[in-house]
Amino acid sequence: MTSADMTAIDVRGVSKSFGATPVLHDVSVTIASGSLTALLGPSGGGKSTLLRVIAGLETPDRGSVAIAGIDATRLAPQRRNVGFVFQHYAAFKHLTVRGNVAFGLEVRKRPKAEIRRRVDELLKLVHIEQLADRYPAQLSGGQRQRMALARALAVEPEVLLLDEPFGALDAQVRRELRAWLRRLHDEVHVTTVFVTHDQEEAMDVADRIVVLAGGRVEQAGAPHEIYDHPASAFVMGFLGPVTRVGGRLVRPHDIELGPASAPDGQHATVTRVVRLGFEVRVEMSAGDHEVWAQVTRAESDALGLAVGETVTIRPRPDARTLAA
Amino acid sequence: MSEARSTAAKWAMRIVTVAYLAVLLVIPVGLIGWRTFAGGLQPVIDALTSDDFVHALRLTVVVAVCAVVLNTVFGITVALLLVRGRFWGKRLLSAVIDLPLAVSPVVVGLALILVYGSHAPAGGWIERHGVQIIFATPGMVAATVFVSLPLVVRAIVPVLQEFGEEQEQAAHTLGASRWTTFRRITLPSIRWALAYGIVLCLARALGEYGAVAVVSGRIVGQTQTVTLYVEQEYNNFDQPGAYAAATVLALIAIVALLVTKLLRPGGRRADAERLTEMQSGREEQR
Repeated sequence: MTSADMTAIDVRGVSKSFGATPVLHDVSVTIASGSLTALLGPSGGGKSTLLRVIAGLETPDRGSVAIAGIDATRLAPQRRNVGFVFQHYAAFKHLTVRGNVAFGLEVRKRPKAEIRRRVDELLKLVHIEQLADRYPAQLSGGQRQRMALARALAVEPEVLLLDEPFGALDAQVRRELRAWLRRLHDEVHVTTVFVTHDQEEAMDVADRIVVLAGGRVEQAGAPHEIYDHPASAFVMGFLGPVTRVGGRLVRPHDIELGPASAPDGQHATVTRVVRLGFEVRVEMSAGDHEVWAQVTRAESDALGLAVGETVTIRPRPDARTLAA
Repeated sequence: MSEARSTAAKWAMRIVTVAYLAVLLVIPVGLIGWRTFAGGLQPVIDALTSDDFVHALRLTVVVAVCAVVLNTVFGITVALLLVRGRFWGKRLLSAVIDLPLAVSPVVVGLALILVYGSHAPAGGWIERHGVQIIFATPGMVAATVFVSLPLVVRAIVPVLQEFGEEQEQAAHTLGASRWTTFRRITLPSIRWALAYGIVLCLARALGEYGAVAVVSGRIVGQTQTVTLYVEQEYNNFDQPGAYAAATVLALIAIVALLVTKLLRPGGRRADAERLTEMQSGREEQR
């Protein structure tokens, strides 16, 4: 296999400014064929712009984009063979669900019978076959987004790009669609890139995460790699909760509490104990700063934690820490 | 006490409004209709089948249809440019589009003669190549296009703005060319606003008097439109002819008005659409 076979998207040295505002600085990302990648970062970090550059909806000021080994930097979006799903669905309001999904195939002048068969297949795949003759205005947000996905998949795109696909949906529907997207990807195997600002969503769905902030790639890798070995304090803070112990950044669940009499560790005074079901959140004051730890109920009960008590804190021996 | 006063004020306002409309609009237009048929049906039939009237009506329709077609094509192009384009002088262009609303049609006519008359350099050059503009149909079409220029643009700009770009971008990523996207996505989405603009433009074109009066030369049986015919008949004391033609113009205007009422954004259709949108929005919240 050549490298072109394995790399679906190759972004090299892309920079982009909107007027005087720089949005992407020298961004290079490679996306492996068949992978499910999350572009994760805070809003304004440039992740949506990067996705739109890949789709051809924005032109980079510098750098190149190759899709399936072909330089696409100057190619119009309609020639890139990408599927794009917008946050607000971009449903064609004057067409039925069937008309929406068939659009890309009709534009490609496929035979009528083939279009009909393929649309039926796709509607079944996204579980909205009973809504085929409705208009987008008659669908719920989740149904519209699934229609948009079917529409994007209809043209058998080289890559599927999703821009905050679940951003406009409520938490319940979001979780359902997340799990469903994961299963769909296992079935269809199309190279997929989605943009999100929700680290939990990225960790849950993606098999690779690219963290973007301030228009630069902060880190790229498998979810557990990024969580366990963050390259910077920013990435560590963005992927999960962080607290400070002895001048180092630690995950709150990596903090060990001991009785005040313990031989080593830093002394801290408990200021608040919050019971959140099976876990207990302990807030403490350690000299000049606040620390919090996440412990199990059993640990909390064993120590008899209460406000005003003095405890010792230290990172667990196997904890990953980062200089603050 | 104050309630009684506010009720009285309400009634006073209603009476003033109705009286105002009656004096200025309903009574005069109604009288024209009344006068038209005052002498029975025969004079009306005679007037409406006279060669001059038939020619005037035919010319009016030709000029109006040409103007509407040109303004529709131009209107869609300019509206797309104003909404989607990013270029220097966009606000200036937007202001220029509205100019015909402010400038008197007579001024428009004179300006056209200055440029396209036989004695002007441009007009003379075109005439030597066999096309007469002033005192002929092309000049009348130009005058009509000018006065009805903003109507299509202003009808579709707000709808295009609300429509946004995402659906067009989605169509592009699905493989549709610019033209296909326009034809299959943009046009169907603005069709009601466009139809509204076209009907308004048509009504304005059919009723245009001032600019056309200047550039046409009012040659009977050649460059005379229905509005010019009405004036001429009236000045010639052929009042039945003038009234009959005026009634035809008024009827066309009323039909156009009814059509625009049906099409106008915020009319019944648009309301129904907004309602389903709202309902589906509520469902989304659930």
